[in-house]
Amino acid sequence: MSPNKNGNISTTTDLRDSSDETAKNSVLTASASQSVDVSANVSCESAPVTPDFSKFAPSDSLLKRREWKSRIMAGIITAAFVIAMIPLVSVLWTTIARGVKRLNLNFLAYNMSGVIGGMPTPSGGHGGIEHAIIGTLEVTLGAMVISVPIGLMCAIYLVEYARGSKIAKAISLLVNVMSGIPSIVAGLFAFSLFTILLGPGVSNGFEGSVALSILMIPTVVNSSVEMLHVVPDDLREASYALGVTKSRTIIKVVLRTALPGIISGVVLAIARVIGETAPLLMTAGFIVTTNWNLFSGQMTTLPVFVYQEYSKMSVTCPPSAGSECVSSIPSERAWAAALVLIAIVLVLNLIGRLIQRLFSVEAK
Amino acid sequence: MGQRIDVEHLNVYYGDFLAVQDVNLNIQANKVTAFIGPSGCGKSTVLRTLDRMHEITPGARVEGKVLLDGHDLYGKDVDPVAVRRDVGMVFQKANPFPTMSIRENVLAGIRLNNRHISKSDADELVEWALRGANLWNEVKDRLDKPGVGLSGGQQQRLCIARAVAVHPQVLLMDEPCSALDPISTLAVEDLINELKRDYTIVIVTHNMQQAARVADYTAFFNLKAVGKPGHLEYFADTTTMFNNPQNEEAERYISGRFG
Repeated sequence: MSPNKNGNISTTTDLRDSSDETAKNSVLTASASQSVDVSANVSCESAPVTPDFSKFAPSDSLLKRREWKSRIMAGIITAAFVIAMIPLVSVLWTTIARGVKRLNLNFLAYNMSGVIGGMPTPSGGHGGIEHAIIGTLEVTLGAMVISVPIGLMCAIYLVEYARGSKIAKAISLLVNVMSGIPSIVAGLFAFSLFTILLGPGVSNGFEGSVALSILMIPTVVNSSVEMLHVVPDDLREASYALGVTKSRTIIKVVLRTALPGIISGVVLAIARVIGETAPLLMTAGFIVTTNWNLFSGQMTTLPVFVYQEYSKMSVTCPPSAGSECVSSIPSERAWAAALVLIAIVLVLNLIGRLIQRLFSVEAK
Repeated sequence: MGQRIDVEHLNVYYGDFLAVQDVNLNIQANKVTAFIGPSGCGKSTVLRTLDRMHEITPGARVEGKVLLDGHDLYGKDVDPVAVRRDVGMVFQKANPFPTMSIRENVLAGIRLNNRHISKSDADELVEWALRGANLWNEVKDRLDKPGVGLSGGQQQRLCIARAVAVHPQVLLMDEPCSALDPISTLAVEDLINELKRDYTIVIVTHNMQQAARVADYTAFFNLKAVGKPGHLEYFADTTTMFNNPQNEEAERYISGRFG
C-alpha cells in the first residue's frame, strides 16, 4: 500500500487501513493525529509483549544497603545542623544570661554622665545606654536614608535600563567588589571625606551614617537586583500593552510587585551594619552624654559602647565604698548593651516581616 | 467599532537578523484573522509589530508600514504608548497583576495611567468589561479578591477584560488558549466570537481546529529553513484555507504532512 492522503506510513493490516478511512471522513485538520492514535493502539493489540517483571524485583542486600546509606546520610546532615546551631545558641544564651543582670528601665533611660567608677548614680542605677540607643537608631536611620534610594535606583538602572549591557556588567562587578570592602576601610573613607570637607578631627553621627551606607549600598543593590529580576517580564508586557509608560510600569507594577522582597533585603542590610563597631569608632566617636543631633557632635552607638565598656573590664572600688560599689560593672553593662542590640535587630526583623506581609502578593 | 489594519512590505529585524520578510496583509475590521504556521516562522513577531510591542525587545526594529485605518503606526509623529491604548493585547500566559484584586486588574489600564475616574464610573466599567469577557457572573461576589486566585481560564478572561476596559479598536491575541483546558478554551473562543462585533481581532494559534472554529480569515506563515527569515506564505478566508487551499505548503501543513 502506498502512503495515503493523510501522510501516514504505509500499513499492512486491514484494521489500520479502515482506521485511516474513518479518519479521512472526519475533519480534515484532525485526521492526521487521530489516525496515528488509532493505529498505535492496534499495533499494541496485534503484537502483545509479555513484560519481564522479575527484573524489577530488588535483592534483599540492595534494599539493606540503601537503607543504611540513607540512615548514615541522615545522621551526617543532622549532625551538621547541630554543629551549626551550637555557636548560635551559645551566643544567645551567654548574652541573655549575662545581660539580664543589668537590664532594667534605669539602664535604658539614663546615659553615662555622672557615672564614677563602680559607684551608683543619684538615679539609683549604675549608668545606662540611652545615649547609645539613640545614637545607633539615628546613625542607622541616616545610613538607610542614604543607601536605600541610591541602592534601589542603581538596581532599577541595572535591571530595567542597562540589562545585560557592558556598563551594567561593569557596575555589577564594582558593586560586588564594594560588598567585600572591610568595614574599617569604609570608616577611613568617611573619616577622610569629612576631613577634606569640614577640616581635620570632625566627628559626628552623620559621618558614621556615611561610613555605614558604603557598607549597605552593595547589599541593597544586590538584593534589589535579584528581586527585580524575579518580577516576570509578562507583567511588564501586560502593563506596556495597556498603554502604560515605562516609568509608570516600573513604579506601579515592577517595584510594587518586588516590594516585599526589597523590604526584606533592606532589613538584612540594616542588620548587617547595625552591629558595626570599627568604622563608627573612628567616625561617630564616643561620648557619655546624650546627643540628639545627628549632624553635630560625637555620638555613641551600641556596638562602640559595648567595645568601650568591655575593654575596661572592671573598675577598682575604694575600700571605704562598701557593697554599693560594683567592680565588675563595665563588663556587666557591656553584656546588657549587647543584649539590647540583639533585641533591636530582632525587632527590626519583626517590623520588616510585618511590612512584608502587608504588601505581600496574596495567593488566596 | 473595530478598525482595519493593512500591513505593507513589513520586514522585522532582531538586531541584524531578519526575522520576518516582506509581509503584506489586509486585516478586515470586525473580523477574526488567525495566524498559523510552524514554530519560529514569525507569527508572534508580526503580531507584536501591530501594536509596537515588538520594539520593547532590545535591538528589534521594523521596516515597512502598518496602517491602522490608513494611519501608519510607524510614522514619525506616532507615540507607541498611545498606539498600545488603541490596540490591545492578550498574551499566551494569563498575566493578571498579582498585587491587584480582580476589580483593580480590570481598572489597571486607567489607574496605571494616573487617569481619574469616579467610583460609579469605575463600577460601571468593571461590570461592563467583565460581562464582555463572560466573567461577571463568576466573580461578581469577589471583586476584591486577588486576580491570581482565579483558575487559569478565568485569569485569561480577566486579562481580556483588562484589555477591553481601555476601549481598544483592535485586540491582538498571542496563543490565548494554549495553556487552557478544553472547557476554558471553549469559553474564550465563544468570547472571541462575541467580541468581533466590537473589535478587530487577530489571533495567533498553534491549534488549527481553533483557527478553523473562530477565524474568518487565516494567514499561514512559513519559513524556508531554520535560521532563514519567516514569511507570509498564504492568506485566504478560513473556509478556503482549510477545505481547498490554493497553496501546496499550506495544504501540506494543514493536513499534517509538514516537513
